[in-house]
Amino acid sequence: MTATVAVDHTSGARTVRVSVARGYRFELVKLVSQWRIRLLVLACWIAPALFVAGVSQQATLPVDTLFGRWMHASGWAGPLVMLGFAGAWALPLLTSMVAGDVFACEDRLGTWRQLLVAVRSPRRIFVAKVVAGLTVLLLLVAGLACSSAAGGLVTVGNHPLVGLDGHLLTPSDAAIKVLLAWVCVLAPTLALVAIGLLGSVVLGRSPMGLLLPALVALTMQLAQMLPLPVAVRLALPGYAFIAWNGLFTDPAQLGPLLIGVVVSLVWALIATALAYLLFLRRDFTNLTDDGSGRRALTAGVLPLAGLVAAGVAVIAATTTAPASGSGISQDKVQRSVATAFAHLYRMQTDQLNRPHVTEAQLKATATCSKGSVKVAAEGPGNDWRCVVSWHLPDVEATGTAIYQLDVTSDGRFVADGDGPKEVNGYFLVRTPTGDAPNPLWQFDGNVELLRTSKG
Amino acid sequence: MDTRLAIRARGITRCFGDVVALDGIDLDVAQGQIHGLVGPNGAGKTTLLGLLLGLAVADSGRLEILGTPVGRALAAPDGVAGFVDGPGLYPSLTARQNLAALAALRGHDTRTTEIDDVLDQVGLTHVAEDRARGFSLGMRQRLGLAAALLTRPRLLVLDEPSNGLDPAGKRHVHGVLTRLAADGTSVVLSSHRMDDLEALCSEVTIIATGRVVFSGPLSKLAAENRELDYRLLTSDPEAARQLALDTAGIRVVEGAGARHGADGLVVRALVPALDELVVRLVQAGVALRELAPVMSPLEAAFLALTDQQEAGR
Repeated sequence: MTATVAVDHTSGARTVRVSVARGYRFELVKLVSQWRIRLLVLACWIAPALFVAGVSQQATLPVDTLFGRWMHASGWAGPLVMLGFAGAWALPLLTSMVAGDVFACEDRLGTWRQLLVAVRSPRRIFVAKVVAGLTVLLLLVAGLACSSAAGGLVTVGNHPLVGLDGHLLTPSDAAIKVLLAWVCVLAPTLALVAIGLLGSVVLGRSPMGLLLPALVALTMQLAQMLPLPVAVRLALPGYAFIAWNGLFTDPAQLGPLLIGVVVSLVWALIATALAYLLFLRRDFTNLTDDGSGRRALTAGVLPLAGLVAAGVAVIAATTTAPASGSGISQDKVQRSVATAFAHLYRMQTDQLNRPHVTEAQLKATATCSKGSVKVAAEGPGNDWRCVVSWHLPDVEATGTAIYQLDVTSDGRFVADGDGPKEVNGYFLVRTPTGDAPNPLWQFDGNVELLRTSKG
Repeated sequence: MDTRLAIRARGITRCFGDVVALDGIDLDVAQGQIHGLVGPNGAGKTTLLGLLLGLAVADSGRLEILGTPVGRALAAPDGVAGFVDGPGLYPSLTARQNLAALAALRGHDTRTTEIDDVLDQVGLTHVAEDRARGFSLGMRQRLGLAAALLTRPRLLVLDEPSNGLDPAGKRHVHGVLTRLAADGTSVVLSSHRMDDLEALCSEVTIIATGRVVFSGPLSKLAAENRELDYRLLTSDPEAARQLALDTAGIRVVEGAGARHGADGLVVRALVPALDELVVRLVQAGVALRELAPVMSPLEAAFLALTDQQEAGR
């Protein structure tokens, strides 16, 4: 590769500058030479497979994790369990260790001046560092996804996966949606990467720069647990870490997912731009100029806080997300529970070798209340109670079953069967992959937080 | 534009907020010259070196490096190499990998022979495969010099290159710099070690509080300079002392002799008066065993000039 000759037209000076591609290779060499990065790559490509294989072999499954209860049934549940874990812990930590250190390591090693003298363009250094950091991070994320999928498929097999509304996805559909879910999670990961870069530029040698993505991710997770208005929830980049859930319903809940992805990408762009501007303004002749609390506040925290406010306003104005309220309403809970029940009832019927029945024939409905509120109940809580009713063909009587629901503020719920035990009690059913708990005993579901046109 | 000058700076000013780091600096460095840069801490040396290396841009003034005007862009012309505040090395890479990575970055030849050559020049061949993490300060300095040499510079800017070097290493580095200068490479050397500067530099620039207080040949500095203190060891200290007191232009520095041995005598004088004292000692039959400046002319000038500057603030 030849050097790029850049001419400074203002002065006529000729300077041989290093191309971005060469700088990128240089940054990759530095990153890969670190034992920490090598160990991370190894861990991300091996540990998830071992974890999924190990958990899939256990009698007790992680039912509190989304898709955890289906790990015996389909190899595609494993990468989704891993995705849930990755969104909460692994990706923020990996981002911290890679992006949070990309710029700070030069401060720590005192190598900025050497690098600048060699490359002669802070812009190119910035681009090369960002792209190299992203490359390593993508390698790590790909490792998590591929390894966990391989672990699940080898241990359990390429079987249909039960969706979040109880409908059955064929193995090929499951594969595509699992891939899409991991791709969607790249958006909030990019946002964290950008925050990591910003922290690395602003805070320099300070350990806070390294920890920033993990701290931001933790804050976002805590925020998602709070009863925040939907518009605020969607305006936080962390929402896209859970919005992929919507891919596993029929029809897919794409609204929150798309908003989450767009918000994350906007955060990624703005945080990267801030990092870029601060980096270019840095005085490299002053070794102590590696960040300050005041600059961190004015260039980091304030613009991003402004971005949250702007995001809330834009989302509230342009989407059906309510600017206030949790987005979890009685009608949406009823609809979600009835839909999931119908799909799972059909599955149970097949597993018990009873006469085939379709969801349309069942005409399942649910009547839900929250605590003592019988009408217009809303909001998260573990005091939801639903009575599901359905009809069987050629049977005059209406079947009913009771469920206790724990609905979390992000719209996810767990329905726990409360009788009759012949319908939603605990008993084992025979499935192609072995004995499994009655699918109607406990199941997961998802309430779409945006307003919908239906009922 | 004088093409024989590697550096031509006129009225260079650089401020950091309210702090004026460089205040109208003029500097000429000829091609093939080793030019010393001296100044107290905070004088603006690092800022000036940063400008030469393209790490910063001047607020005003005109700077030409290797015959090329440097504009507002943050980059020095090709052919400039060096380091400020120590060389930046990557500890997880070996010495050879550090050099190979930098060479590849600049698009220079990464062949083993090239890297071997510069490692040999700085005397690090035996640790070429060792990680830089375990290097001493002196080894790091030499590896930093090797990294600069790899780019075949026409202007080498070095900040305290002798830091941490043992006498053999220092001689090695001095040899490298002298050979480079002989081959036409200009070297700007910032150091607090006056012996290094006197051994290597043909010209020096003394900076204090962002201003040039002297720039020119060392000989001019010595000639221009005021009285120096000399240590005098003779066969008859009492006679020598009396002769010194009787010689015009000679002052005996009372109490200083004890610090230089029981027979020592310290006199303050210009060179002509000192010559006269030596003649008188010989005529009086007093054997002269040692005559040496208590501090080097450069150090004395440095202290005198920078003290004046500080006092004038």
